[in-house]
Amino acid sequence: MPAVILARFVLLEARRSGLPWLIVASLAAGLGLAAFLSQVAVTESVSLQTAIVAAFLRACAVFLVAVHVASSTQREIQDKGLELMLSLPLARSTHYLGRLAGHACGGAVVAACFALPLAYWAPPPAVALWGLSLAIEAALVAAAALFFAMALAQLVAAIASVAGLYLLARSITAIQAIASGPLAEESLLGRLARWSVDAVALLLPRLDAVTRTEWLLYGIPAPAQYAQALGAVALYALLLVAAGLFDFHRRNL
Amino acid sequence: MSRNERTLAAVPAWVLAALGASLAAQVASQAAWSPGPPGASDLPPAPRVETLRLASLGEPEAFARVAMLYLQAFDLGGANELPYGRLDYARLTGWLRAILALDPKSDYPLFSAARIYAEVPDQARARQVLEFVYEEFLKDPNRRWPWLAHAALLAKHRLKDLPLARRYAAAVDRYTTAGNVPLWAKQMQIFILEDLNELEAAKIMLGGLLESGRIRDPAEVQFLRQRLEELEARIAGPRGR
Repeated sequence: MPAVILARFVLLEARRSGLPWLIVASLAAGLGLAAFLSQVAVTESVSLQTAIVAAFLRACAVFLVAVHVASSTQREIQDKGLELMLSLPLARSTHYLGRLAGHACGGAVVAACFALPLAYWAPPPAVALWGLSLAIEAALVAAAALFFAMALAQLVAAIASVAGLYLLARSITAIQAIASGPLAEESLLGRLARWSVDAVALLLPRLDAVTRTEWLLYGIPAPAQYAQALGAVALYALLLVAAGLFDFHRRNL
Repeated sequence: MSRNERTLAAVPAWVLAALGASLAAQVASQAAWSPGPPGASDLPPAPRVETLRLASLGEPEAFARVAMLYLQAFDLGGANELPYGRLDYARLTGWLRAILALDPKSDYPLFSAARIYAEVPDQARARQVLEFVYEEFLKDPNRRWPWLAHAALLAKHRLKDLPLARRYAAAVDRYTTAGNVPLWAKQMQIFILEDLNELEAAKIMLGGLLESGRIRDPAEVQFLRQRLEELEARIAGPRGR
């Protein structure tokens, strides 16, 4: 299976890069921050630690995966390694999907490493659901980073695009709530703005519905709700993969 | 030293001097600029809940707790005659309301309101916060009854306002429906009318809360024990003299 071999090489590259050390550094920083903040809390010190560590590690996981995927892809393009790989008797789809599978597996490893310490404060079932959700979220970020790194010529542009997409996806529900709130104008311009926000929301994943700290603090979600939230994110990851394959097949390399 | 590095002698002396001088200047400037804790007058108006929700980037639980720590820093300990004496309580309750709306299941805002901001000598301020606790209790009585029960005690013993204390105690009885609400909380009206002193009442309430297993957080247990000791010292003080 050429795609599996390719995925293995991507994982090997991740292991030999500074990624493991960055995971350790993120864990140390998150635990240190939580310990410091819990010292000044007069109540809910345990839930404060859980919430801070979970939120911080989630952000770290997304950042590490996005930057690693984008920089690894860009380096291969700049070094002409991609062109060399394309000269092999491999379909472009196999090449793209193998690479993405490797990055998604790397993201799952990062998610597992970051979920593990949370079991100290939160119940194991909640941590398991949170970790699985983070792994799927990381796979989506890897798909987005691979797409942008392949499509855009510059590393900074690729990382900025992933960051923009991710932050917008996490805040679009709040933006929609503001746009349709009681203070929103009922003028034509106001309605136009609301429609625009709703239209943008249709093209974004609901990242605020997954990897929720709430699960760790107040109990696991209903299975249907959990499956729906994760299914929506997985569906969006498929969309990004399809868009990436479309772009990669059209690229004149 | 890795094989990619040259020896220290390869670095020009002026570069080393510049590095040392700039590091010393940085440390000195930061040591000279040591901002104190934020003052009461620095508390800005509370943001809208939607704004906080947007800023939380889908992490309302973590953001609400960090916002509580931020709020807690204002006028902490009261560097003035009255603790929290200069704090604008209208702004304060606005912040507490917004944070509670961000994470309605968190106990932190109501704990701070009932146990910290309502226990001030200024009666007008205390009443303002107690009314906030009452209003928020009505939104989720089965979860928030301990704070209104404490508010009833404060109204009786600190404000000496028996009608207000009975109103809060009656609300605990009327609106709580969950089976885990203890009998003493449901019967607070009798408790309020009994001729108990503040320490006895606080001991019954805290003892009941600790026995019920509701208070598990080590920081909260420590805080409440400290408060109880302070209360004991305050009540024992005049007797000892």
